[in-house]
Amino acid sequence: MSKPSLLQLKDVHTFYDNIHALKGISLSVPQGAIVCLIGANGAGKSTTLMTIFGVQPCRKGKIVFDGHPIHELPPERVAARGVSQSPEGRQVFPRMSVFENLEMGAFLRKDKEGIQNDLDWVFSLFPVLKDRIGQIGGTLSGGEQQMLAIGRALMARPKLLLLDEPSLGLAPKLVEKIFETIIEINRNSATTIFLVEQNAQMALSISSLGFVMETGRIVISDKASALLENKQVKKAYLGE
Amino acid sequence: MDQSAFILQQIVNAIFLGSIYALIALGYTMVYGIIELINFAHGELFTAGAFIGVIVLTGLQSFGFVESHFVISMIIVFGLAMAYVAVLGVAVEHVAYKPLRDSSRLAALLSALGMSIFLSNGMMLSQGVSDRAYPPVFGVQGIDIGGAIITNGQIFIVLLAIAMMIALQLFVHRTRLGKAMRATAQNRTMARMLGIDIDQTIRITFMIGPALGAAAGVMVGLHYGAVRFDMGFIFMIKAFAAAILGGIGSIPGAMIGGLTIGAIEVFWAAFLPSAWKDVTTFTVLILVLYFKPSGLLGESESEVRV
Amino acid sequence: MVRQELKKLVIYGFFLAIIITPMVGFKNNDFDAARVLQTLAVLIGLLVLNLIVKLVRSKRPQRAPGHKAWGERVRERIEQIPKVFTLGGLILITAMFPVFADNYMIDVAITCLIYITLGLGLNIVVGLCGLLDLGYIAFYAVGAYTYSLLNLKLGLSFWAALPIGVVLGMTCGCIIGYPTLKMRGDYLAIVTLGFGEIIRLVLNNWDSLTAGPNGLFGMQRAALYYPTFQDGGLSWAVYNIKSLPSLYYLIYIIVILTIIGVRRLDNSRIGRAWVAIREDETAAELSGVPTTWIKLLAYALGAGFASVAGAFFAAKLSYTNPNFFLFMESCIVLCIVVLGGVGSIPGIIVAGIVLIAAPEIFRGLESYRMLAFGGIMTTMMVLKPEGLIPAKRHKREFIETKSNE
Repeated sequence: MSKPSLLQLKDVHTFYDNIHALKGISLSVPQGAIVCLIGANGAGKSTTLMTIFGVQPCRKGKIVFDGHPIHELPPERVAARGVSQSPEGRQVFPRMSVFENLEMGAFLRKDKEGIQNDLDWVFSLFPVLKDRIGQIGGTLSGGEQQMLAIGRALMARPKLLLLDEPSLGLAPKLVEKIFETIIEINRNSATTIFLVEQNAQMALSISSLGFVMETGRIVISDKASALLENKQVKKAYLGE
Repeated sequence: MDQSAFILQQIVNAIFLGSIYALIALGYTMVYGIIELINFAHGELFTAGAFIGVIVLTGLQSFGFVESHFVISMIIVFGLAMAYVAVLGVAVEHVAYKPLRDSSRLAALLSALGMSIFLSNGMMLSQGVSDRAYPPVFGVQGIDIGGAIITNGQIFIVLLAIAMMIALQLFVHRTRLGKAMRATAQNRTMARMLGIDIDQTIRITFMIGPALGAAAGVMVGLHYGAVRFDMGFIFMIKAFAAAILGGIGSIPGAMIGGLTIGAIEVFWAAFLPSAWKDVTTFTVLILVLYFKPSGLLGESESEVRV
Repeated sequence: MVRQELKKLVIYGFFLAIIITPMVGFKNNDFDAARVLQTLAVLIGLLVLNLIVKLVRSKRPQRAPGHKAWGERVRERIEQIPKVFTLGGLILITAMFPVFADNYMIDVAITCLIYITLGLGLNIVVGLCGLLDLGYIAFYAVGAYTYSLLNLKLGLSFWAALPIGVVLGMTCGCIIGYPTLKMRGDYLAIVTLGFGEIIRLVLNNWDSLTAGPNGLFGMQRAALYYPTFQDGGLSWAVYNIKSLPSLYYLIYIIVILTIIGVRRLDNSRIGRAWVAIREDETAAELSGVPTTWIKLLAYALGAGFASVAGAFFAAKLSYTNPNFFLFMESCIVLCIVVLGGVGSIPGIIVAGIVLIAAPEIFRGLESYRMLAFGGIMTTMMVLKPEGLIPAKRHKREFIETKSNE
């Protein structure tokens, strides 16, 4: 971990009413890396992302992003600091066109040229979106919505991109395509990517670091390559 | 007047009344679209607009400004009424809705209802229980189309209402703020994660919706020649019926709904006992809610929801 | 913190001035500055008062988590005393009331009791079942008009007309309830409001039957029949319940029966089903609660109690007209339920007394009554949504956050 960390969580606790969902998460995401968080359903992976974003604020602990504490900021302020997310369930605006959805991604940006460039870039990553530019978000297929959600998150030109289960419910071929694109995004724009996945094999193979989560705690954190060889991880998440 | 002219006249009246209902309904629809709650105080905001209209208009008329500069004085009257009600709308949001944004629906509804009662009685105490007369600014002259008379006032009001609706539609679809409003209405959490300040967005919704209601209030005052503190109630129910009929949350739906309710009311009053016309409107409202709660352009069908 | 609050106060004051100045200043065509300043002074005074309370509270040491609010402590204290004394004492005092009160006070008390009955009835729909009903006063009207018409047209006595009125009221409740069964909260509110207005308008427009806005008058009072042995044989003597004390006792008994009824309902299987529906309708339905019937029952029973109150009202005045049943009346009843604490019987009784008697006592302030009602409703929802005397088990609903966000 020689690189400076872009995002750091220190002993973060999050509650849903009285349910203790995150029980002291500490992790650090190095600048420019792809990092993944794996774990079973209900382990608290999505909650971690929502806590980082301030949607489900933490009750205790510290979150530092880019040198600034963000654990008390509301989501819109977190976004303004350069975090964007393709959330669980995609959350595409159902009654806005593909173009408008992408445009909303760049809501905080004022540089028209940069926005246009990024739009072209997103269309080159996901050509199908260009074909569907005028179509209403709610009428897209699941895969298209996933691409739109990622594309929308990219339009913010974030420093940190949070991806929540980008492979969920997609055909295997499309999954591969999405992961290739994630690598491409990371390389081309030097965007740091924090990936939450059930598909541990895929996720670990493209990441440099990995965290394993179980019932609100991080139980293992290691280099992704090491996790791929870890017996426990293999047994529980890689199906071997 | 022969039969066809009579019917034509009723159509003219229906369009006139319908555009006013549509303007009020837009306020409901916009607010509902964004916070999923009926703004019970909307009828009172409409009435407040009518009162400010009469206050400003009387003031202007007292030194003869209306006769000399008609257009400018209309801009001042509508502008001030709408601005005032926009402030009032934000105040209502701040007091009655914002603290309850995460509470139960029942609590928010009751709070809004309380606000409505408060405002209505506040206006009664400050402006009196009797009618307050609008100075007549439009004469009785008008255009004769096949025997039906359209007065200048009616033309002015309908055109103004249409212009406002077009402006709203453009605002919602073409501007950054308008898009932020639509995004907030469709998925609040996602909108926040994209950096949209939803407090501000909701506040703006509570300015625009009530401002349109205020414009409708001034129109009602100009046309019927009087305002009363409690006139918001009946307009509220009818505009609400219009909003539901068109599909709550849908801007074009509110316009269609407004025209439909206007037509039902006018034609009922023209051919059937007019004392029962409100009963008919309520019945239509209940029937629509029962059989087609999503309305004519309700959520699933409409692509152009706020 | 003080600075922040002061800044807020200035901003609020500024906006208040914008809102108040034109609306209050121009009652006529001339500007009345004194009026504006007075109103502003009162409102800003309220804000300052609120600020002071806030500051004093923040200075006080933090309360321990187990600490109970003042109201709750009082309640626990009272509950320690055996019920025979508290309840018995209350019943005794209220029953003795007409003995030492003058006619005016008794009249006010009767009005209070009528509204308490209405509040208790509405409480079934709003408090127990969680359905917002804005047209509740319509059932009151049904009760009043049923008795009036049956008495005037058919000569039926109060006691014969009462069950008919109740059945009719309950039927109306079902008719109104039925289409609303599948609706969400706010649609439901509007539909009930619409129905309430329809009933009022029908009463207003159906001249041949209801005499329209003139109203009906000349109904007989409720009467008591008791056996006498005059003239050598058994005969029935009639005692007309006409004097205020006798009317007081009649409505007093109605209220007590209502309280017993509502309590028993609340603690029954039906009561639990209502609460289940209020908390989570889908879950209730999936657990086998016949939600349709249970909701209809709530409407019907609520309407039934209102009908009784309505019949009493018509018999008391011997007069009725559609303008007694305006939307505002529904709001007053709702305000009683809300202020008292949704679902709480003692709360409703206290709120009924406070809201109905207070404006009578402070006669000069009567025109501010509805203004205060509106203000109270909003303030309560924002500050203390569970009401003055919260119902024990119903507290959670208002505190919980919306789950389907």
